[in-house]
Amino acid sequence: MAKMTLEQLRKLREDKKQDLTRREVEGKEIQIIVGMGTCGIAAGAKQTFDEIVKAVDEYGLGADVIIRQTGCMGLCYVEPTVEVVMPGMPTVIYGKMTQETAKELVRKHLVEKSLLENHIFDRPAADIVKK
Amino acid sequence: MHYALEDYVLDIAQNAVEAGAGLVRVEIAETDKAISVAVADDGVGMTGEEVARALDPFYTDGKKHAKRKVGLGLPFLVQATRQAEGSFGIESRKGEGTRVSFSFPKGNVDAPPVGDLPGLFRSILCLPGAHEMTIRRTRTSETGDLSYELSRKELAEALGGLERGDSLAMLRDFLVSQEEDETD
Repeated sequence: MAKMTLEQLRKLREDKKQDLTRREVEGKEIQIIVGMGTCGIAAGAKQTFDEIVKAVDEYGLGADVIIRQTGCMGLCYVEPTVEVVMPGMPTVIYGKMTQETAKELVRKHLVEKSLLENHIFDRPAADIVKK
Repeated sequence: MHYALEDYVLDIAQNAVEAGAGLVRVEIAETDKAISVAVADDGVGMTGEEVARALDPFYTDGKKHAKRKVGLGLPFLVQATRQAEGSFGIESRKGEGTRVSFSFPKGNVDAPPVGDLPGLFRSILCLPGAHEMTIRRTRTSETGDLSYELSRKELAEALGGLERGDSLAMLRDFLVSQEEDETD
């Protein structure tokens, strides 16, 4: 890939903006928050973050999803952790994420609107989680 | 434990942002023989006593999690530089900021691999906060030289922010392209 300038980056963004149709989800945005404390970094949180960005882009959801980093969420024993806040879905913290499960998280939670079982470590309420 | 150089840099850069910095400067200089990193901030800074405590793996200031008993970021780095016969330095002044610097010799079997620098730069540029961050990257090598600088504010302006998935994907492509030796 040839070296891009800032001006080329601005133009790329403008071109993409014209191609994208923004989808409103009950007027609220989807947020994915990746824990990036020392514990998360050591467990592979950066690779999880990279894979989520890639998967969101591949599923064409880039304009609708905010992806953030935060510090440790206090679940060090199950890092990497990812919190998903999505209108119409319970807010969930997933743990023990890998690059493979990160991609699956985007597909299941964001696209299919179902929970990624076996990786839920906080929320939702017990009556929603099916065993 | 952290595996690659990028893990250590991410950790230290996060410390700098969390110190309330208005400006964080990251420099990564690479030659065929060594890689050197410096992360400087104008945050709250530390006294000599606080620096000594920060290097203690069983100390944390309790601000992030009141019940936590460990602070491992800097101790991990110090241990890694010692194992690989690299170098580590920390300078800090209370109320003025902190500078952490370290280097690894490439020929040492215990030196960590560099890792994914474009991915690292994206992660540290996206650390939340109102601060500015600049990254200066240089490589001097028999296979070709490289030099570029990045500004968080400029990139955020060019992309309309650094949080949307589409912006983050474009940012990655931009950062990967900076590792090329020639412009189009």
